[in-house]
Amino acid sequence: MKPKLAVWKFASCDGCQLSLLDCEDELLEIAAHVQIAHFLEASSASVCGPYDISLVEGSVTTPLDVERIRQVRADSKQLITIGACATAGGIQALRNFADVDEFRSIVYARPEFIDTLAESTPIAAVVPVDYELRGCPIDRGQLLETLSALLNGRRPRGPLHSVCFECKTRGTTCVLVKGTPCLGPATQAGCGALCPAYGRGCYGCFGPATGAPAHAKKVFNLFNSGAPS
Amino acid sequence: MVLTRKRVLPTAMLDSLSPLIAALRADGYSVIGPTLRDGAIVLAELTSASDLPHGWGVELDAGSYRVRRRDDDAAFGHSSGAQSWKTYLHPAKVPFWTAQKTSDGFTVDVPPPDGIRYAFVGVRPCDLRAIAIQGRVLGSSYAARLESAFIVAVDCTEPGEACFCVTAGGGPACGPGADIQLTETVGPRYLASAQTTIGQAVLDTLPQQPATPAEREQGATAVAQAAERMQRHLPSIDLRDLLSGSRNAARWDEVAQRCLACGNCTMVCPTCFCTSVRDTTDLGGDIAQRWQTWDSCFDLDFSYLHGGPVRTSTSSRYRQWLSHKLGTWHDQFGESGCVGCGRCIVWCPAGIDLTEEVSALAQERQTDHE
Ligand code: SF4
Ligand code: SF4
Ligand code: SF4
Ligand code: SF4
Repeated sequence: MKPKLAVWKFASCDGCQLSLLDCEDELLEIAAHVQIAHFLEASSASVCGPYDISLVEGSVTTPLDVERIRQVRADSKQLITIGACATAGGIQALRNFADVDEFRSIVYARPEFIDTLAESTPIAAVVPVDYELRGCPIDRGQLLETLSALLNGRRPRGPLHSVCFECKTRGTTCVLVKGTPCLGPATQAGCGALCPAYGRGCYGCFGPATGAPAHAKKVFNLFNSGAPS
Repeated sequence: MVLTRKRVLPTAMLDSLSPLIAALRADGYSVIGPTLRDGAIVLAELTSASDLPHGWGVELDAGSYRVRRRDDDAAFGHSSGAQSWKTYLHPAKVPFWTAQKTSDGFTVDVPPPDGIRYAFVGVRPCDLRAIAIQGRVLGSSYAARLESAFIVAVDCTEPGEACFCVTAGGGPACGPGADIQLTETVGPRYLASAQTTIGQAVLDTLPQQPATPAEREQGATAVAQAAERMQRHLPSIDLRDLLSGSRNAARWDEVAQRCLACGNCTMVCPTCFCTSVRDTTDLGGDIAQRWQTWDSCFDLDFSYLHGGPVRTSTSSRYRQWLSHKLGTWHDQFGESGCVGCGRCIVWCPAGIDLTEEVSALAQERQTDHE
């Protein structure tokens, strides 16, 4: 029996799930080693749980989300959160710093129909998570590394250091030192220093580097505003 | 490359470096040297002398790097660049082996050496020292790459704003380690000398005039004046003693308020050598690979021992870096781990200046003793 893989969506844009579909060369190999049991972006056919690996995209923003994620957790041996929304609350966590009732009354004609929580929270704030893949969107190399590690019974390995390591490894000269603001020194590596390689500053979508000092982590107030610092 | 020869004085004057680069390429070398790319002087393969950053200089400060137009055509009128030669001699990512599952076990294949012979053109005196320092630390694969390399070093006639090679035990004149040694003079024209027999063999084939005593004098003066123009200095005290006596200095906490633990200083440092090993598998578990990658004492994972990392605070990680460079490197390898190239100062996003930190430690120690 092949291990069963499920992909779940909460409050998010679908971009991270797309990274899985984006693994064009590896997709057939993935399908050869796992049964894709639930992945609505790829197929409406769905097999019920339990699942060996669940990939969870999106943040928790409604009371219904809370119930759904508890069910997903109960049905899954390994739960991996994918992307800035699932790991840090996403850009929608900017509401955490404001009054959600006020937003609701400004944005919606009939605010009483909107059933939402006051805060957008990472999945880990509601249920225990086994691994998290950061990024907006996630890096497909990290996704493949994590899946192949779990399928082969080894521990996935992700960096705790800054994006700067990746700039230096690939030979990108530092855009910050040349005058462009860059959040890379405080941001967790994983993307391969994509933005600086194209001459722009890192905007921190992988969230605060685990190894970065607290004063450096203060710069995160957009994609990862709900991240624990 | 022979490390022990005495410096040979320049014998020849070259009007251009084109024949040198052409000769090295014809000899089968992959010629690497400085070139202008994305607003910085970087190291890359050179196809001809026109790839050199003729007419470009730099403006450096702690945490700041800008290229600028020079009012001459000098090819080496910029100080140590964004990368060091370890990019080639001690690459950031190296495959160790690949294991392949078979019906009754597995096979392990070690990739053969890539066979690339490098010619490095424009190696600075500080980097010449750094190459030798790494050679004394790293093992046989480094030695093999270095052994097959051809080194064209160039004296510094214009120190960068971040340089402090003189108080780091070197200076702007090339020491041992080069095959051919150059001094760039007005024109630009190049005083050249062969320091090894293979260097001599290459130099002999190049169009040249004999260097006149006046030209030699001019070159020597320019290099000597560069030594006088260093803007940064290490304090002239026993630094090994300072670092070992400063384990509990308050300055470590002060610098930790600014340091981002990003690791840039170690990655740009031409002597930092630390690596980590990581394994990968394919999805089906048929192929496993082991890789060596650059690592740094600023990485939280770097000090991960049984149960967790031992250097969690930024101050402990900064202390490790500075203490290793200037202190415990002596205990391990009998010399300092810093050649004064200034890269860690320029490429630190927080603009932390090693010379300033050392001076502050020295100051703190002196105050404590009074
Ligand atoms: S460009 Fe940004 S991420 Fe890259 S080294 Fe510089 S500060 Fe770090
Ligand atoms: S410690 Fe700094 S100045 Fe010294 S060799 Fe390393 S990068 Fe250059
Ligand atoms: S300073 Fe740090 S990265 Fe550099 S060689 Fe020493 S321990 Fe390694
Ligand atoms: S000293 Fe500068 S370059 Fe080094 S880790 Fe700290 S902030 Fe980064």
